[in-house]
Amino acid sequence: MNKTGLQLQQVTIRFGGLTAVSQVSAEIHPGELAGLIGPNGAGKTTVFNLITGVYAPTEGNITFGGAPLAGLKPFEITSRGIARTFQNIRLFGSLSVFDNVRVAFHLHLKQGVFPSLARGPSFHREERQLAEQTRQLLDIFQLDRVRDEPAKSLPYGDQRRLEIVRALATQPQLLLLDEPAAGMNPAEKVELMKLIQFIQDRYKLAILLVEHDMKVVMGICQRIHVLEYGRKIAEGTPSEVRENPAVISAYLGQQPDAAPVQS
Amino acid sequence: MTELLQQVINGLSMGAIYALIALGYTMVYGVLRFINFAHSDVFMLGAFVAYYTARAFGRWGFVMGGYLGGIAILLLSMTACAVVGIVIERLAYRPLRRRSTLTVLITAIGVSLLLQNGGQLVFGVNPKAFPDIFPSSTLNLGGLVINSNQLVVLGVAIALLSALHWIVQHTRIGTAMRAVSFNATAASLVGIDTNRIISFTFGMGSALAGAGGVLYAMNYPSIEPLMGNSPGLKAFIAAVLGGIGSLPGAALGGMLLGFVETGVSGTRWSTFRDAIAFAILIGILLFRPAGLLGRNRVEKV
Amino acid sequence: MPSWLNRSQLLLMATLAVVGIAQSLSGRLDSYILSVAMGVGINIILASSLNLINGFTGQFSLGHAGFMAVGAYTAAVLTGRLAPQWSPLFGGQVFLLFPAALIVGGIVAALAGALVGAPSLRLKGDYLAIVTLGFGEIIKVIFQNLEFVGGAKGLNGIPDYSNLLWVFGTAAITVYTVWALLNSSYGRGFLAVADDEIAAEAMGLNTTRYKMVAFVVGAFFAGIAGGLFAHLNNSINPSGFDFNKSIEIVVMVILGGMGRHIGVILAAILLTVLTEMLREFGDYRMVIYSVLLILLMLTRPQGLFIWPTRKAARRQNA
Repeated sequence: MNKTGLQLQQVTIRFGGLTAVSQVSAEIHPGELAGLIGPNGAGKTTVFNLITGVYAPTEGNITFGGAPLAGLKPFEITSRGIARTFQNIRLFGSLSVFDNVRVAFHLHLKQGVFPSLARGPSFHREERQLAEQTRQLLDIFQLDRVRDEPAKSLPYGDQRRLEIVRALATQPQLLLLDEPAAGMNPAEKVELMKLIQFIQDRYKLAILLVEHDMKVVMGICQRIHVLEYGRKIAEGTPSEVRENPAVISAYLGQQPDAAPVQS
Repeated sequence: MTELLQQVINGLSMGAIYALIALGYTMVYGVLRFINFAHSDVFMLGAFVAYYTARAFGRWGFVMGGYLGGIAILLLSMTACAVVGIVIERLAYRPLRRRSTLTVLITAIGVSLLLQNGGQLVFGVNPKAFPDIFPSSTLNLGGLVINSNQLVVLGVAIALLSALHWIVQHTRIGTAMRAVSFNATAASLVGIDTNRIISFTFGMGSALAGAGGVLYAMNYPSIEPLMGNSPGLKAFIAAVLGGIGSLPGAALGGMLLGFVETGVSGTRWSTFRDAIAFAILIGILLFRPAGLLGRNRVEKV
Repeated sequence: MPSWLNRSQLLLMATLAVVGIAQSLSGRLDSYILSVAMGVGINIILASSLNLINGFTGQFSLGHAGFMAVGAYTAAVLTGRLAPQWSPLFGGQVFLLFPAALIVGGIVAALAGALVGAPSLRLKGDYLAIVTLGFGEIIKVIFQNLEFVGGAKGLNGIPDYSNLLWVFGTAAITVYTVWALLNSSYGRGFLAVADDEIAAEAMGLNTTRYKMVAFVVGAFFAGIAGGLFAHLNNSINPSGFDFNKSIEIVVMVILGGMGRHIGVILAAILLTVLTEMLREFGDYRMVIYSVLLILLMLTRPQGLFIWPTRKAARRQNA
């Protein structure tokens, strides 16, 4: 694991006239469980999209492990050790649960077109290894029993979990979770919090969590970054953030004349 | 100078026809998100309806050669095509409303093949000479040769484009069309009868294609059942070039393509005409993936 | 432990052996039946290779006939016009010269596939469809203007080298290639790209590369099919490889059920035989064909042959 983790320096992105994220700086340390919160439309998902290379920042730098991520394609950023889930689940719906995870191991795969065609001993060895790794991972997260189901036929909670497992299969050092608790009931949320802590514990990776639900974030995050209207307004431990007047007014006391936010 | 003006006039009248056909592609794409391959064959039907009506008019002793007669034939053709378009949508496309775009696309190809081959059976394979349905004369303005038909083409096209613009922008049904095109589900939620709007769109698009067919036949005075293929493809390119789903885009794309084609025709590259049209399309799409006037749909992540 | 994977290779060998035997007996077969059978084989190659692009990788291409043309012309020029220079390299032996010509045709078509793929793969759905259609037409127009290969009249007098062995041997290899490519951890990536490109990219898959591989491999086999076609028909001309030919192949893939190996093969067989059978209806042939096509789409839009295992229809770009 590298020592420097993820750094955002003065990151700004504008879409036409709209500044979605403005001058945001933040650091996610290796092994840290951090939260990114803010009211609707504060730019949280946009920050994820900037980190993972879906959008390129208009200004500012993003580095991971000391190396700049500028100009890298999303798949290259994933290969540097950053994996993500999506706010609106994006599984490979027609693929089986097993294949969803197996495909994500792809990064660490040696084979390609020609080994697939020739199917020599080393191909079979690698396939067996991969199947075993996939099976283990599914087993840990209790998805082994549905391994042959198409992903889209799973219940909602399992789909969320599968998406996290799939991201883990890329063997990341930093895992970005985009509103994993969305649409869950309180009991499921408690399960999810346990799951996230379990992952951090077991795989020793950093996690950045975008979340609406304050209970979830306050309950598990070590450090929280707060966005409002694309700007960072606070950073600190859960208790610090809870007492921060700017955060309180952002969440509770929005001025009546405040401009409507973009959705 | 005269040469250039000549090219401009030729380009304009060619472009106007492409624009009329392209509008139908783009309108249907707007409401149903699929490429109606049968559109170019409705264009062909327009020409044939005009052909047979003109012959019938002649036999019944109606006054031929007057502008009124021409307009009557044009309107009849457009009406017939509108009916055909609506029937095609009703029978072949509506049952597939919830299916993938691809299924509808293949069905459209089937309908196109049916119209072409059915046309060959009914109308015969051999080209037919298209009669002068409007009074035809050639004007010579200081070396500039203008066929009166070209002026008719331009006049009719401008009239139809204005009418379309008015319908889409200033009538209730036009507003509903725009709503369906923007978001069909939301439109049906606010009480718009989307099926009726789709029928109406097909009717209008097909009427425009019919008009295009008649105008095309006037300038290239022979018609045959496969005549829709090449102009259909060009108009389709025009629609994508302008930004499929955008009405001004289709008009602009059509005009642009008309100019390019007449521009190339006189040169030694004339045999590459179709390839050049596609090359321009590809070039533009690479830099503006949504076409010249199309909205770029950014997928939400 | 002989796994099911090795069985597939055995199956390929067995098929090749059967084809070899069939070829040795083909002298006794009616020549009409023989040529229809070869037409079937060529269409299996075309449909299976397009299935990799359209069905499995979800990239809607309408330019397959263009790649076929490139392969057909290249191979025909090699066995015809350039034969005097080439032939001695193979000791004048057709069984060496012909496959070499086919493979070169396939390689040139694959290059064309890369050329088309590189710029177009940034586009999606209908836009990709129209651009591939455009490239197909451009290829056709280029051949129409190449006097070297007969211009619009095309090439005649191409030797009839195609036989059951070459045609069905290639068909078996094509089917095996597409199948083997898909049935590996690497190959599941093609399906992932078709399902959700953004998610695939986020999981570290180089989606552009996958699409490129699909286009290049698909074009390669289309090129070989073109070469076989040229040496079956003895003459080719540019308009034989137009948009309608591409559509014909797309229809096979769709009726076969998009992304099903066996379904697409069956559809290729069925449609080829059907077109032949409709010949006796003369002028009504294409009318019947189009009506059937419409009815099939209305009643079985998910494809003709449904297997219980993969009920999931491939998600289409809306």
